[in-house]
Amino acid sequence: MDIPKDKLLWIYERMQLIRVFETRVSTEFGRGKIPGFVHLYAGEEAVAVGICANLTDADYMTSTHRGHGHCVAKGVDVRGMMAELFGKATGICKGKGGSMHIADMDKGMLGANGIVGGGPPLACGSGLTAKTNGTDQVTICFFGDGASEQGTLHESLNLAAIWKLPIIFVAENNGYAESTPAHYHCSVENIADRAAAYNMPGVTIDGNDLFAVYESAHEAVARARAGQGPSLLECKTYRHHGHFEGDAQTYKIAEENEKYRTELDPIKRFKEAVRPRGLVSEDELAEIDERVQAAVDAAVKFAEDSPFPEVQETFTDVYVSY
Amino acid sequence: MAERELNFGEALNEAMRQEMQRDPKVILMGEDVAGGADIDHLEGDEAWGGVLGVTKGLVQEFGRARVIDTPISESGFIGAAVGAAATGLRPIAEMMFVGFMGVCFDQLLNQGAKLRYMFGGKAKVPLVIRTICGGGYRAAAQHSQVLHSLFTHIPGLKTVVPSTPYDAKGLLISAIRDDDLVIFFEDITFGGIKGAVPEEDYTIPFGKADIKRAGDDVTVVAIGKMVHHSLAAATELEKQGKSAEVIDPRTLSPFDEETVLTSVEKTGRLVIADESHPRCNVATDIAAMVADKGFDYLNAPIKMVTAPHTPVPFSPPLEDHYLPNPQKISAAALGLF
Ligand SMILES: Cc1ncc(C[n+]2csc(CCOP(=O)(O)OP(=O)(O)O)c2C)c(N)n1
Ligand SMILES: [Mg+2]
Repeated sequence: MDIPKDKLLWIYERMQLIRVFETRVSTEFGRGKIPGFVHLYAGEEAVAVGICANLTDADYMTSTHRGHGHCVAKGVDVRGMMAELFGKATGICKGKGGSMHIADMDKGMLGANGIVGGGPPLACGSGLTAKTNGTDQVTICFFGDGASEQGTLHESLNLAAIWKLPIIFVAENNGYAESTPAHYHCSVENIADRAAAYNMPGVTIDGNDLFAVYESAHEAVARARAGQGPSLLECKTYRHHGHFEGDAQTYKIAEENEKYRTELDPIKRFKEAVRPRGLVSEDELAEIDERVQAAVDAAVKFAEDSPFPEVQETFTDVYVSY
Repeated sequence: MAERELNFGEALNEAMRQEMQRDPKVILMGEDVAGGADIDHLEGDEAWGGVLGVTKGLVQEFGRARVIDTPISESGFIGAAVGAAATGLRPIAEMMFVGFMGVCFDQLLNQGAKLRYMFGGKAKVPLVIRTICGGGYRAAAQHSQVLHSLFTHIPGLKTVVPSTPYDAKGLLISAIRDDDLVIFFEDITFGGIKGAVPEEDYTIPFGKADIKRAGDDVTVVAIGKMVHHSLAAATELEKQGKSAEVIDPRTLSPFDEETVLTSVEKTGRLVIADESHPRCNVATDIAAMVADKGFDYLNAPIKMVTAPHTPVPFSPPLEDHYLPNPQKISAAALGLF
């Protein structure tokens, strides 16, 4: 499948933006600028970007605790994201949610989620809205291999199937749920095999191959838009960082970790795929690298320069009279 | 000889270790409680042992048949723990954060809490669920909650909120030996707290409050982390010439009414510090009990220091504003004179 050049450039820019953003978040977390927990997406860029390259702002998405990459791929402003991580008033959620709760309703981004398995039922809800309103909006429901063992996911797969909801369930199988490997916690080798139980198409793909993700998503999105119901896409991938920043990762196999950070790295593989075919030039890639770096630097400066919220914000956005 | 000191997590670890040695029916289950299940290269002390490392080392001693990593399936494994308890095991299940109880609520509310009663006493549910609670970690709305009031409300559950390593060990051993379902709350900020803990196993009875500081002028009943804040407030009050008595109920269900009433009879003033939201919480419950049974002792209105009726905000200045602290407690106490 040929991807038009402007889309290829967009894809590269988004993947690179996620990588540079996450690497910088790791640094700023280490410097004590980012409080709380952060779970980084670096290494899984081809999944979020390959899927979101098929969407518009009107489409919906539910996300996970590892949500920064999903947000960037959906077009959420990185300045507002960084300010949110810093807990600043200019954050995308006014500093009230932080890393695990970044959301942007204007972009159809229905929130990262601190509850594993919290997203799939919400995805059924946005799917139901689109179906009821008769629009062609689709919902992407990202979830991890660990989340695939939650009852909420299984209930949602069934709901989506019987109501023919326009949802693409995307399993991001990075091999681990915290320190527990998927081969222990999961009854099947491929999560997509479970699609059969819910009477929907299920495919397992190499999630570090941008082109494979893009193509499978393209098909599933077209199916959903045409009113033919949900699909389950399993993307095998790997996280470069620990489960959270500070995780010693003793459970990982050193050679595996190294391999995924080098030859199997999704951004490196993307470049290797487009270069020989002369699809994009070195100069174009270099220009994007510069732009991405500048955007992340500006986001950090914006976050640092922004004020913390006024304490009165504690009492807004909720019914409170006590 | 100097008394041995342990931190909060070490005290809990020792309680579980000793009970697992004593009784082969005690098993441990939860997400990453051993860590690295089926990973061949992991040996020794490298596995997680729980998200805060509280169960570290137990899998080496007792093996994976008794220290069981679970998938992220809270309804499934908490329900399995209830069923195992009803059929003869004595599980300790770890629910990483109390907010995740939302996922398995039916298994607690309608199953675990009710089996013994509904079955006319023919079943018992000797299960302990350990869970992390509390704000101050910048962990935002879903990971910072204080929900002991919610569980104290439900008949059939017992609720335990320790504030020191000594209490943590003795109360956890009592919880494991108790035949009812016990929810055991561990404040996320207690990692660094150290205190003297005897090496041998010992129990602390449920329903027995501990007077953490004796005083004459005002009674402060404090729960969990609020015990430490109230002790700091008491030091401040002392400077203002007011002597505060700090009572730690330690268990909320059952609750030691007598110790609280005896203290209020002496002081005539009551402040209750609870990190819960202000409606229908343990503080309002204690206030109602004292208004009912100790009205004549009171020389001033009962004051409650709680978190506000909002979710926990992420941003540090907002969370600091949200949380009760020693200043809020001492100010409430001074307002009674
Ligand atoms: C209901 C619930 N249970 C447990 C957790 C703690 N937790 C957070 S992330 C995580 C692992 C998730 O694994 P997976 O779904 O594979 O996502 P990944 O972290 O690999 O992206 C766990 C157990 C949680 N946040 N919510
Ligand atoms: Mg995973």
